[in-house]
Amino acid sequence: MIEVKDLHFSYPTGLEALKGINLTVEDGEFLAIMGQNGAGKTTLVKHFNGLLKPTTGEVLVNGTSTKDISVAKLARNVGFVFQNPDHQLFSESVEDEIAFALKNFGFEEETIKKQVDWALNLLDIEHYRKTSPFMLSGGERKRVALASILAWDPQVIVMDEPTIGQDHQQKEKLQQFIMQLNSQRKTVVVVTHDVEFVAECNPRVILMSQGKILVTGKAEEVLTNPKLVAQASIVPPQITQIFLKLADLGLPTDVIDVHEATKILLEHLRRRK
Amino acid sequence: MSVFEGFKFRKVSSVIHTLDPRVKFFFVCILFVMAIMFTQLLALAVLFFIPLPFVFMARVNRQWLRSLRGAALLAIFIFATNFIIGYFYPSSSIPNVDGAIDTPMEYFALFERAAAMTLRFIVLIASFSVFFLTTSPDHLGLALQQSHIPYEFCFAFTTAVRFVPVLADEAQTIMDAQKARGLELESGNIIKRIRNYIPILIPLIVNAIRRSLELAEAMESRAWGASDKRTNLYKLNLKRADIILVIISVLMLTLALYLWLYNIYVPSLTSLLFA
Amino acid sequence: MAVIETKDLTYTYPGATKPSIQDVSVTINKGDFVILTGPSGCGKTTLCRTFNGLVPHFYNGILEGEITVAGLKVADHKIHELARHVGLVFQNPENQLFALSVEKDVAFGLENSAMPRDEMRKRVDWALQMAGISELSERPPHELSGGQQQRVAIASVLSMQPDIMVLDEPTSFLDPVGAEKIFKVINDLNKKLGITIIIVEHRMDLAAKYANKVIVMNEGTVTLTGTPRDIFTSEKARLIGVGIPKATKLYQHLKRQGVTLNNVPVTTEETANLLLEMLKHD
Repeated sequence: MIEVKDLHFSYPTGLEALKGINLTVEDGEFLAIMGQNGAGKTTLVKHFNGLLKPTTGEVLVNGTSTKDISVAKLARNVGFVFQNPDHQLFSESVEDEIAFALKNFGFEEETIKKQVDWALNLLDIEHYRKTSPFMLSGGERKRVALASILAWDPQVIVMDEPTIGQDHQQKEKLQQFIMQLNSQRKTVVVVTHDVEFVAECNPRVILMSQGKILVTGKAEEVLTNPKLVAQASIVPPQITQIFLKLADLGLPTDVIDVHEATKILLEHLRRRK
Repeated sequence: MSVFEGFKFRKVSSVIHTLDPRVKFFFVCILFVMAIMFTQLLALAVLFFIPLPFVFMARVNRQWLRSLRGAALLAIFIFATNFIIGYFYPSSSIPNVDGAIDTPMEYFALFERAAAMTLRFIVLIASFSVFFLTTSPDHLGLALQQSHIPYEFCFAFTTAVRFVPVLADEAQTIMDAQKARGLELESGNIIKRIRNYIPILIPLIVNAIRRSLELAEAMESRAWGASDKRTNLYKLNLKRADIILVIISVLMLTLALYLWLYNIYVPSLTSLLFA
Repeated sequence: MAVIETKDLTYTYPGATKPSIQDVSVTINKGDFVILTGPSGCGKTTLCRTFNGLVPHFYNGILEGEITVAGLKVADHKIHELARHVGLVFQNPENQLFALSVEKDVAFGLENSAMPRDEMRKRVDWALQMAGISELSERPPHELSGGQQQRVAIASVLSMQPDIMVLDEPTSFLDPVGAEKIFKVINDLNKKLGITIIIVEHRMDLAAKYANKVIVMNEGTVTLTGTPRDIFTSEKARLIGVGIPKATKLYQHLKRQGVTLNNVPVTTEETANLLLEMLKHD
C-alpha cells in the first residue's frame, strides 16, 4: 500500500510541481493518473519508488517512509516502467537485459534463470532470448523493457505513458496485459493522457491539474464531468462527447463504454415505441 | 559543478551583452597577451581590475565570483608550485639573490613572484569568464560564421550547445531508470563504481547516435546543401560601443607594448615595502 | 491533378533481406488531406520518406518502380531540390530543432537556399504567424512544450512554402489538447493555403474529421484506399488493426442490433446529429 500525506514537491529550479497531494493506493488496485502535460503526474509517481523525495510531507510504501530507504530497495516492491525503453536498454542480449535487475537485487542463479524464462514467456519474446535489444523494433523493445521490470515480480507496477507511439493492436494487447496483471492482485498505476484507453479499462481515475488533485473516482464518474475535464485540459471519451450532446433527450451523460451506450440507446428506442 | 556556472551564459539586458562577440574576444585576448608580457605583481593587479567594471555593468557579479571560486583550487596549486620551486631554485625567479633565501625581503620577493604567477592565471580565468557569461551561444556562433569559419563547424558548435540541456536531462532520466532497476551508483569500490556507469553510458551514447540520425534527416529535408553561399537571418554589425571597446583595447595594447619594449621599470611590491 | 504518383514502388533498405514497401501504387491529388495508417512496421514511415527523397538518396538501398512528386522524378533529383516542394515533419519534436531560437530554426531552410535577408524575415514572420507561435520567436527550443516545439517544426517546414507537407506521426508525443492544436494548424494549411497534406497517424479519432482520403498499409503493401467513411466500415481494415473511432463503432453496434442511422458517422458531431435525427423522428 502506498500512502501520500500532504506531499509538496519543488524542483531545485524552484518550480513547485506538487502542491499538497493526499492519496492512498490500495493493494491490487488499478489506478490511472490523468491530466495535462505539466500537471505533475510523472512527478507524483516518481515519489512512489523514491526517485524523488518529498520537499515537505511524506510518502509511505508499506508503512515505511521513502525518505529512509534508497531507490534500489524501494524498487524491490515498486517497478517503474519508463516511457522510453531506450533509456534503459544496454545489454548484449534480451536475456541479459532481463537478468540485470535480478542480479542487482542479489537473487540466486537458479532464481534468476527461472524468472528470466518466466518473463520471456509472459511477454511472448522467448524467440528473442539471445538477440541484441538494439536489433529489435520499437514495439519489441517496449516489451523487453516491460519484461525486465516484471522479471522480479514487484507488487506495484507503475507505467509512465505506456500507450505513446503504439498502434491500435499494441494498445489492445497492453490493455489485456494490464487487466491480467490486475487480476493477479498486482497494483497497477498508469500515468496517461489517453482517454479512450482509460475508458476501455475503467479504472479508478485521479485527475490532476497544476500540481493538485482535482478529483478522484471511477472513470465513468470523472471523465464524464465536463467542468472537471475542462479544468484538467483533457478531452472526454468519444462516447461521452456524443451523450453530452444528447443530454436534452433525457439520456444519461455518465457513459464511457460503447456497449453500454448501445444498450441505453436501444432501451430508449424501445420505450419510445 | 559550480565552476561551470561561472562560464554559462546568462541572459541579461546590458550593454556588455550586446557588444559584438568578436570585439569582446579581441579585448579578452589583449588582456591575455598583456598578462603574459608582465611578471610584476602590481602590473598584473592592474590587469585584474580591468574586467571589473564590465562585470558590474553586465550584472553578472555572483556568477563571475563563482568562476573565481572554481579556479581557487588550481590557483592554490600554482602558487604552491611556484613558491616551492622558487625556494629551491631561487635564481630562476628572483632577481639579485645569492644562494638560498634567508632574508625577510627575499622571502617576500618569493611570495610576490608566486602571487604574480597565480594572479596571471586568475586574470585569464576572470576575463574569459566575463566573455562567456555575457555572450550567448548563438551570438558566438554568428561571430564564428562572420569570421569566415566554415559553416559546418559553426553549425556543429551551436547544435551541440543547443543539445547540452537535452543530454543532461536524458542522462538524469537514464540514471533514474537504472536506479529503478536496483542499480546502486553510490556504493562499492572505485572499480565497481566505474562499472556501474556502463548501464548509464551505453543508452546515452546509443541515443545520441539515434538523435544524430534524426537530426540529419531533418537537416536534409530542409534543403541542407542546396547552396554553397549560405545566407543568415541575423547579421552582426559593429556599433558605437564596439568601436569604443576596440579603441580601448588598442590603446591598452599600445601602452603595454611601450612599457615592455622600452623596458620601463615597473616597481615590485617588495622594493616598495623594503627599500 | 496528381501531385504525388507512385507505380509499383518497391524499396529495400541496404542489408535488408526483404523490401520494406512492395509494389506500392498510390495517387495523391492537389489539396488532398490524406491519412496514411497501418500497424507498426507496415512500411508507412518508409513510404513517407520516398516522398521527399530521403529514400533512396539518404538511406541508399534499392528503389524500384516509379515515383513522381510535384512533377519531379524522385530518383533523378537531390533531396534539397525536392525540399522546395515537399516538407517533412518528423515524430520527435526535439530532434528536428537545431537552433538556439525559434525564428532561427524557422529560417534554417531559407538560409540553406541562400534567400536574401529581407525576404527571409518576411517569410519567417509569416510562417510563425500561420503556426500561431509569433510570440515564441526568440525563445530557445528547450524551454518549449512538446506541442509548441512541433508547431515550430511545422513553421520551419512551412517557411519554405512547399506544395506538399508530409507529417510522420506528429502528435505521438503530445497530449490530446496539444494534438488537437496541431491538427487545427495543419487543417488551416490545407484548407486556407491549399497545401496537400499527408499525415501518418494511428489515432483515427483525432485525424478522421479532417481527411478526405485514407490509405491503409499492411506488411509493406497498400491494402485499402478510400474515404474515412469507407475505411471505418471496412471489415478488412478492422482485421488489419486500424483503430476505428468509437463514434463509428457506436453506429456499427446499433446496426448489428437492427438500428441503422441515416449515414455512417466519422466524428462525434456526426454521430450525435444522426442520433438526434433518429430519436426526434419518432
